[in-house]
Amino acid sequence: MVLRFSARSGVAAIGFFVLCTTPALAEDPPYTIKDGKVEIHVYNGYRRYGDGCMRCHGPDGAGSSYAPDLTASLKRLSEDQFKETVINGRQNLANGQDKVMPAFGTVPDVVNYLDDIYAYLKARSDGKLPRGRPERYDDN
Amino acid sequence: MLTKRTTTRRTLLYVIGALALAGGSASANEELNKLSQDPNQWVMPTGDYANHRHSTLAQINGSNVKDLRPVWTFSTGVLRGHEGAPLVVGDIMYVHTPFPNTVFALDLNNQGKIIWKYQPTQDPNVIPVMCCDTVNRGVAYGDGKIILDQADATVVALDAKTGQVVWSVKNGDPAKGETMTSAPMVVKDKVLVGISGGEFGVQGRLTAYNLKDGKQVWKASTVGPDDQILFDPEKTTVLGKPVGKNSSVATWQGDQWKIGGGGTWGWYSYDPKLNLVYYGTGNPSTWNPHQRPGDNKWSMSIIARNPDTGVAKWVYQMTPHDEWDYDGVNEMILADIDVMGKPTKALVHFDRNGFAYTLDRETGALLVAEKYDPAVNWANKVDVKTGLPDRVAAMSTEKEDHNVKGICPAALGSKDEQPGSFDPKSGLFYVPTNHVCMDYDPFAVSYTAGQPYVGSTLSMYPGPGGNLGNFIAYDAGKGKIVWTDKEPFSVWSGALTTDGGVGFYGTLEGYLKAVDLKTGKELYSFKTPSGIIGNVMTYSHGGKQYVAVLSGVGGWAGIGMAAGLTKSTDGLGAVGAYEQLSSYTQLGGVMTVFALP
Repeated sequence: MVLRFSARSGVAAIGFFVLCTTPALAEDPPYTIKDGKVEIHVYNGYRRYGDGCMRCHGPDGAGSSYAPDLTASLKRLSEDQFKETVINGRQNLANGQDKVMPAFGTVPDVVNYLDDIYAYLKARSDGKLPRGRPERYDDN
Repeated sequence: MLTKRTTTRRTLLYVIGALALAGGSASANEELNKLSQDPNQWVMPTGDYANHRHSTLAQINGSNVKDLRPVWTFSTGVLRGHEGAPLVVGDIMYVHTPFPNTVFALDLNNQGKIIWKYQPTQDPNVIPVMCCDTVNRGVAYGDGKIILDQADATVVALDAKTGQVVWSVKNGDPAKGETMTSAPMVVKDKVLVGISGGEFGVQGRLTAYNLKDGKQVWKASTVGPDDQILFDPEKTTVLGKPVGKNSSVATWQGDQWKIGGGGTWGWYSYDPKLNLVYYGTGNPSTWNPHQRPGDNKWSMSIIARNPDTGVAKWVYQMTPHDEWDYDGVNEMILADIDVMGKPTKALVHFDRNGFAYTLDRETGALLVAEKYDPAVNWANKVDVKTGLPDRVAAMSTEKEDHNVKGICPAALGSKDEQPGSFDPKSGLFYVPTNHVCMDYDPFAVSYTAGQPYVGSTLSMYPGPGGNLGNFIAYDAGKGKIVWTDKEPFSVWSGALTTDGGVGFYGTLEGYLKAVDLKTGKELYSFKTPSGIIGNVMTYSHGGKQYVAVLSGVGGWAGIGMAAGLTKSTDGLGAVGAYEQLSSYTQLGGVMTVFALP
């Protein structure tokens, strides 16, 4: 049920963009990468991902046997949908899946760095960042 | 309805039968001890109290094991990681599952027909509070009851014949990150249970409940004041000396011990002659060592306790002030072996930190501590006199926001919960291992009840040689690896040895393998429907020997491994794309039972 709803809202969102906000398509990505190196926000996103998300979603956002591959999910989800899911959580208990994403809305180590986590995962999803620990260009 | 009515009538008969059998119920311990020595049954998750996971059955042997084949299978209907092993008590097999923690009683006289099924209703919000998948390591049997540790920290006793709930007790609060994954153990008239949640800052503990009615008898914390950890400052010893007052609290800063972790989610063993139970404690919270100065006692320790009172006899901390998540919860195998040429009542423990420890299980004296994977590099050696590891400074993760590369083993450990086996005939230990290394980058985190309290990010990759696992034979008396079978993936399945001279284990791709115990030579393999993280067991029924294993990939092994690890880091051997486990296997809980034609 949840899935079907998201898919439909995804379609609606695309329709909305095409109709009204053409410039939005050309919007800058939430990350900057120079020579394969990232700035501190993306790097911090990588670390906070490791703290709050990796236990289930696996290293590098690549998914595990029990939580989805987020590099694939972010090809479908908008930034707002992503953040809504992190803040409020979601459940998919159908077909023996027993998948439950907790609500992180009151967890400072996640919510305070949500932009960074999104930037990191989006860079991974867009294929701009390989697996593993990213290097920073604004530091050593 | 008809079925129900019939069941009820049958139930009554069974109950009467059970009562008659149980009789005076002099001691569940005696009954269990006796049952555990009958090779036709498999009445404990650990095989026996000593955790040998060995069977004297010998019908399947080195020359005929090649003819082994699956004879029946059973789908559990659950997709998550399936750890542990079924029990066989009399003519009934008990099969458990990960969340929702279904238990099935299968009739071995009737092709595995389901006699009863128990499925608790649990709040699904417990799922994400479970570190590393919703696994469960099996049920225990004692005094006509099946004991189950539910994910939501409820311990429930079921009538073994009917599946009816006899008693149920809350052992923790999932809202604080307290969950249960381990298999309980019945000792005397008590049930011993642990708790998980080291990644959520819980206060780990071992708790004893009355087998009869579920009433709590004692509770022994891993960290805290002496009256909470049940240590006697004068009588509880560490390497032969009294631990002294406040041995735990003094090794923490301020009140940090209150969220200090030290989960007890591994295996328990029991020596009826010495009247001691043995278990290991998990990681201190958080994974960022900089945030918790001190030795963080008694996390990462082996503890021996009196099962009647819970009071500790001795303790030994393997990894003081852990910097790598090397939980000490792996099984304690109690074996009477020659250690350096001297007959010894030994306790042998293959720790996550990559060292195999051989101790005198009566006194807690450390006798041998050697690496059981040559890749281990966080410490050069362990001094058996002081018990302290000689740490390699370059592998310290003490500095926040600093990435330490090339640490072996990874946080998964050289071995995790997957238990090894002891073969009394060869005197050797057969151990499923991981061969994974990591980069570790700690940073500051804040504690929120019921939320992850991790504070480190890590990348993991195959160790030197490019393989991720090994199955080894180890001489714990000498501290030497005897032979090594390389495996492309971590061996995350509990081993079984038999008097047929054959050892068994499963692989993450899903193969059940049989090997020659002398040489490690592979004698048989069969690909089951999913990756194996369950433990192999054996029993006999109607004069025929069977071997059974649960497949169903997942667990800590399913993280990253299911998605593939990053490529090996330069300087660590094999470089290049790492083949994904997901190309070999998919989810699904199935038990496969093997026999000879």
